[in-house]
Order: sequence, then C-alpha cells, then structure tokens
Amino acid sequence: MTATTETRAGVTPAADRPRRGRRRGAHGRVHPGLWFFPVPALLLYLVFFAGPTLQAFQYSVTDWDGFSADFANVGTSNFGSIVSNDDLFRGALTNNLKFLFVVVIAQTALSLLLAVLLQRNSRSSTALRALFFLPAILSSVSVAFVWKFMYDPNFGLINQVLGGIGLDGLRSAFLGNADQAIFWVALAQVWAHAGQLMVIFIAGLQQIPAELYESASLDGASQWQRFRFVTWPLIAPATAIVVAYTTIQSFKAFDLILGLGGNPPKGSLDILSTRIYTTFTNSKFGYAAAESIVFMLIIAVVSLLQRRAVRLTQHGA
Amino acid sequence: MVGSLGRRVVLGVYALLIIIPLLVVLTGSFKTTEQLFDAPFGPPSTLAPTNYGSVLTDASMGTAFVNSTVVTVTAVALTLVIGSLAAYGLSRIPGWKGFALYGFLVLGMAVPAQSNMIPQYVLWQRLGLLDSRLGLVLVEIVATLPVAVFILTGFMRTLPRELFEAGSIDGAGPWRTYRSIALPVSLPSLAATAIFLFVIQWNDLLYPLLFIHDPAKVTLPLALLNFQGEFLTNYPLLFTGVIVASAPLVVAYVFLQRYFVAGLTAGSVKG
Repeated sequence: MTATTETRAGVTPAADRPRRGRRRGAHGRVHPGLWFFPVPALLLYLVFFAGPTLQAFQYSVTDWDGFSADFANVGTSNFGSIVSNDDLFRGALTNNLKFLFVVVIAQTALSLLLAVLLQRNSRSSTALRALFFLPAILSSVSVAFVWKFMYDPNFGLINQVLGGIGLDGLRSAFLGNADQAIFWVALAQVWAHAGQLMVIFIAGLQQIPAELYESASLDGASQWQRFRFVTWPLIAPATAIVVAYTTIQSFKAFDLILGLGGNPPKGSLDILSTRIYTTFTNSKFGYAAAESIVFMLIIAVVSLLQRRAVRLTQHGA
Repeated sequence: MVGSLGRRVVLGVYALLIIIPLLVVLTGSFKTTEQLFDAPFGPPSTLAPTNYGSVLTDASMGTAFVNSTVVTVTAVALTLVIGSLAAYGLSRIPGWKGFALYGFLVLGMAVPAQSNMIPQYVLWQRLGLLDSRLGLVLVEIVATLPVAVFILTGFMRTLPRELFEAGSIDGAGPWRTYRSIALPVSLPSLAATAIFLFVIQWNDLLYPLLFIHDPAKVTLPLALLNFQGEFLTNYPLLFTGVIVASAPLVVAYVFLQRYFVAGLTAGSVKG
C-alpha cells in the first residue's frame, strides 16, 4: 500500500507544485480570451451530439416511421413492448449477455496471462507484444472476414486442420450452429483485442515493486501464491479498467456481428446494437429510439454492477 | 523461473494463432478460390496482383480508398484542432465553471452511438448531409470529440503553470500561448490522440452504413461489408479487400508502433 502511494507521489509533484503557488492570484489572472477556446467544440457538441441525444427521448414516446409528416404520441407503450413482449429484443439481449460474459472472462484472463509472461522488457518480449497488439488496429469488418474463413464449415481453416490431424469428429458448423454461434464470434473478438488489453496489464504489472515479490519469495511463497497475494491485489486498478473497457466493447461489437452474421444478422447472432439498427432500417424510428434508451440504461446498469463485482473480488483477495 | 518451458509454449502457440490467419489472408489474396481451398497454408504460385486489380476497379475499393482517406484525414485534423482548443481552454479556466464544461463535454463518452444515431440521421437528412463526405466528416468529429477532449485535457492539466505564466509575462495572449507553448509541448499527446482517432475513424462502419447509400461515396469498411453480398464465398477477393483496407494502418503501425499503443491505450483507459 505504501509502495503505491509512493509511486503516485513520484509522478505528480510537477502538477501539484504550481497549483499551490497560484491559488491566490488565480482569478485575477484568467484572461477572458480563454473562454473562446472551448466554444467551437461546445457548439458542435450541443447541436450535433447532445441535442440528438435528448431528441432520442422525444422520439421514443412516438410511433414515428421516419418520413411521415405526422405521428402519434404513444406514451410509454414502446417501452412496454420492449420489456414485456418483444422476442427479437429479448433474443438480442440474451445473445449480448452471453457474448459479454464470455468475452469479459476470456479476454481478461488471456490478456493478463500474456502480460505476466511478457512483463519484462526484453527484446523478444517487445517483439511479441507488438505482434499480439497488431489485430487491434484492424477494422472489425476485416477481423470478421478473417474469421469467416477460419469458421467456414467446408473449406475453413479450423475444419481443415482438424481433418488433417485426424480429428474429424471435432469438425463443426461453427457459426451455422445456432446454439454456439455467438460464442464463436466472442472468440474472434478476444483474438482481436486481447493484445490491446495486455498492454494495460503490463503497465500495471511494471508498477509493482520488485521488493514485494522478493520478500514474498523469502517467506516461501510459491509462484501461484505470489500471483494470488501480490500481483492480483496490486493490479486491481488495471483489472478494473480492462473489465470496464471490455464490457463497453462487448456492447459495441456491431461491426463484427454484421461481418460474421450478415446484414441484418441472423437471429442467433443479433445483439442489442444490431437490433436497434435493424429496427431503424425497418423504418420504426420511434420504437428504435425507445430501444436505444433501454440500451443505454442496460449498459449503465451492467457497468455499475460490474464495478461492484470487481471491487468485491479484489477486497476478497 | 519454473515455468520457462511452459512460458515459451504458451507464447509460441499464441504467436502462431495471430500469425497464421493473417498469413493465410495475405497469401490468399494472390490465389484463386481453388488454390486457396486446396492448400490454404501453401505459398501462392504467382504474385500477379489479379485480385487487387479486380477489387480496386470492379468492386469500387479504389473509390472507397480515396473516400476513406479524404474523410479520415479531414476529420482527424479537425477533431484535433477543435479538441485541442477546448482542452487548452478547459485546462486553464479555474474553478467549477471550467470543470462543469469539461464534464458536460466528456459525458458524451457514456452515450453509445446507437443512442443518438436516429435523431442524428434525421438532422443530417434535413441539412442535406446524407450521402456526403462533409456529413460523414461532421459526424466522425462529434462522435470522437468527447474522447479527444478527455485525453488532451488530461495531458494539458499535467503541464506546469509556470510554462504559461512565463508567456503571459512576456505579454503573450492566450492564443499565442496556445500556439507557441501549449501545442508544441503537447506534441506526443497530440500524436497519440491523432493515431487513436485515425484508427477509430478509418475503421468506422456504423456512420457510413447509416449515412451513405451512394456507391460513389462509400468508405472502405462499408465497401468491404458490401462484399458479403456480392462475392459470398470468394475468399481470395474478400482477403484482398481486407489487405487493401488494412494496409495503411499496418504500414503506419510498423513505423509508429509506440504511438499506436499509447493512443489506443489512452482511448481505452477512458472507460
């Protein structure tokens, strides 16, 4: 604990020092011209981003189709349908939660494992880090096409390899198998982003003072115990970031789903973002707006619950 | 270390899992469908860019490449200018007012694109900005402005105030201070932000999909997605499209790796 505060203090004095000296004269010296600097950003943001966000609430209580001149106010009935009798939305929600669950667990575990293995700054570690990070800069549509071929039931790489080594029994239809399809997409997502999150873990691991490991070893701690009682509690901030980011990413996996599941995606691969988009393209603007507000709420709730869960596991540790 | 062999095995296997699919895609872009299916791992028998020719001309990837370049370069540059102006002002306005404006701007990071895209579509339609590169530039700017302001303000807040005070004593106004002090010292942060924005905007599918229907205005991810319908399982052509769409970023990554990692990490830490 003391060690972390020490490193923190070591990083920030430059930012702290001047502020103290300024306090008194601060208000007198603020040049009025400074107020002009955020104006372009604020104007664009108000008109083209914040305004439309508020309008989504306005649309959500209508049955507007997007082009008719008039529309009816339907109160909360859109929300009622979404919650109680919309199988498509519920299917998308279920798929999205499955996807989220698998990606968060697998991607966090894999990126942490890779980070632990590559935390030392040797030449080979640096090279491997660069390689593992590479898929993160590809567009999700590109990643989708790479994996479309991996998963192709007839000519795909995975089935060919399985056939080649005599494991024909394991050949699979992958995306063609409705029960499993979403998990196969989750795997592609992990492939694309584990290396990106590994970097965050490496930064966290490199902040842990070596003395802590040394004293743990002197106390006779095994490798696993050192991980469990030194590494895991001390990389808590990195874990929180990785989990939070992965969660948001799992709700945003729009491009990957369209690339692998088609446009509009088949039911077994529909997630919330693609569902809203499909409702919208079917000219149900009011209903899609209501879905988008429920979507925003779901993300907020899941993120909150997760922050709690992460905190709990780390207090336990 | 106990797990030295285990470590090598894990890292080796994972490296293969990254390299092999990418290599198959790269070599596959020089093959015919039959060659790819017969020997996906084999080297191509020719390096004649037949697939590249057909993808760039027939499948309008050439047009898409130009559009993507124009839209992304313009949008990234404008986002950086507008975002750094805001970051400079907001990091120097003291008290709650500056902080409230900053909070209002970065709150946008919590709004998923799907939540305001419908009213945005209607607004863009009224302004005649659908099917236009200008409209695409505008939406990319406002969609990424919150995170750009977040990263840049975070950096500018760490700059020591003496730096700016020295300027004011010499009689420089805020504009001079922004141009000749704040921007130059923020270069590393600007570079990382630029790359982060470039990756996001270059790869964006959602807004082109919503706003662009004219084949002459499509960007690369959209052109690529449209392959799905056209060349259902013509994998060599799909692969060629993937290479064309990814090449600029991958080449830039080779040279500017540090900035890519810094930029994408800064972007994800926002969470």
